[in-house]
Amino acid sequence: MSTSADARLPAAYLTPGTASFADFLASQAPDLLPGRRTPVTGAVDVPHGTTIVAATFDGGVVMAGDRRATMGNIIAQRDIEKVFPADEYSCVGIAGAAGLAVEATRLFQVELEHYEKIEGITLSLDGKANRLAALIRGNLAMAMQGLAVVPLFAGYDTNAGIGRIFSYDVTGGRYEEQSFYSVGSGSLFARGSLKKLYREGLTARECATAAVQALYDAADDDSATGGPDLTRRIFPVVAVVTADGYARMPDSDVAEIADEIVTARMERPDGPAASLT
Amino acid sequence: MSMPFYVSPEQLMRDRADYARKGISKGRSLVAVQYADGLLFVAENQSQALHKVSELYDRLAFAAVGRYNEFENLRIAGVRLADMRGYAYDRLDVTGRALANAYAQTLGTIFSSGGEKPYEVELFVAEVGERPEGDQIYRLTYQGSVADEHQFAAMGGSAEQITEYLEEHYSSGLALDDALKLAVEALGHDGPEPRQISRDALEAAALDRTRTQPRKFRRIPASRLATLFGSSSDEAGADEATPEPVEPVEPVESASGGRRVDTPGPTGSSRVSNEPGKALEDLPAEPDGE
Repeated sequence: MSTSADARLPAAYLTPGTASFADFLASQAPDLLPGRRTPVTGAVDVPHGTTIVAATFDGGVVMAGDRRATMGNIIAQRDIEKVFPADEYSCVGIAGAAGLAVEATRLFQVELEHYEKIEGITLSLDGKANRLAALIRGNLAMAMQGLAVVPLFAGYDTNAGIGRIFSYDVTGGRYEEQSFYSVGSGSLFARGSLKKLYREGLTARECATAAVQALYDAADDDSATGGPDLTRRIFPVVAVVTADGYARMPDSDVAEIADEIVTARMERPDGPAASLT
Repeated sequence: MSMPFYVSPEQLMRDRADYARKGISKGRSLVAVQYADGLLFVAENQSQALHKVSELYDRLAFAAVGRYNEFENLRIAGVRLADMRGYAYDRLDVTGRALANAYAQTLGTIFSSGGEKPYEVELFVAEVGERPEGDQIYRLTYQGSVADEHQFAAMGGSAEQITEYLEEHYSSGLALDDALKLAVEALGHDGPEPRQISRDALEAAALDRTRTQPRKFRRIPASRLATLFGSSSDEAGADEATPEPVEPVEPVESASGGRRVDTPGPTGSSRVSNEPGKALEDLPAEPDGE
């Protein structure tokens, strides 16, 4: 944070102009930007977050993330949270280098709130998705060092009245996804699972169940994704965004869903069977 | 060779203060009132889009009277400072005191520097606490002095008359509806004759400590004001010549818009007179300009 001997607010603060906090940060305190570190050569072992899934239902969207962070072959953290509210009507889940991802999320949250306060109106859902793309683009140099941050963004579009999902690549490419999507190391398994489980007309709770099933399948085949931890009672973070705004599903509800799933898998370890035709 | 006129520093400061005061006194007034669940701000404002009261941060609000472009600049600077601090440190580390200090330094420097015209603004920086004792209202003047106000405060052209009215009628622990009525009544008592303030020209917002979200600021929608002043127009307009037409009562806003506060204030609470704010000690003494 830049401080000057003069206690008066710096001229840049009083200059009308950008409503973007990230742009303001870039001009006033660029060292605080997540992507502005001097890239170092050589590999570093830092905690990585893993699998995030999201799926839409009538009137909203569900996002769920497992709780594991890995550092090489080590489990760095068992109860990391990787799904956050971005603002009142959207949430963001992050896979990749955990430190950078958490910082990027914090910046994204401030970015949305800052715009809202300066302009007196919230950004459109597409506007929010584009701002996140710009933040990810700023991290490209770090991504090339192996410290990629890959978010999944989902929110309730108050204009259209539907839940929407956006995925990103490390260059900041933004892609709108239909119905469901997943990112992170276990995402291939999770997406395969969701393909069989997802259908139109799910309720929020059924949608959350499908998401937790997908995380279970991801954990089943990907060592970096954590399954439900029954002994420590650590369960995925499930966010539900509807017209009423962002809400994190209470741990007790997620525990109930996870317990149902685990009980059913005692009978059939591969999970529910889809019909052949 | 022409000789520059000699102007004494006292005269110079007096002229600048007169200039700023004249600008401020042209505008309508604004009141801040502490109620049971937080702080309420009510201003007379013809515009629905240009706000006099706005959110600075989680527990902080900004209210201003005077020249719009000047206080809008200060508001944006405050939002930037608050967001910058909150991002660099933590959300809890953004305090009203720090922001009031930054504004005081800025206004003070501008006022006493020869090259710039003084800002024609007065500001409130208000912070809502976990409990009523933690509520703070800082009042900043064009010259950068800071006063620490308690329970209620008014600024703008007719601040004195309005403060007098509030001193007589304020009681602590008011419910939101009662505080709103009091504030609107007070705004109407800005001249020798009390007048009825048009509902359409009211801007109201509150820092509500009962909100579950970290951001405690909320605007009080026009529908709420219509419900409040529509239903009790006989009572509110008892001493007025023309009672306002009663508008259709709209339902109280949904959960996202705010909540209804029905808790009655404690009865018979002792009224504490509003001490003319004491200046904060760590701020430099300001030229009084009088």
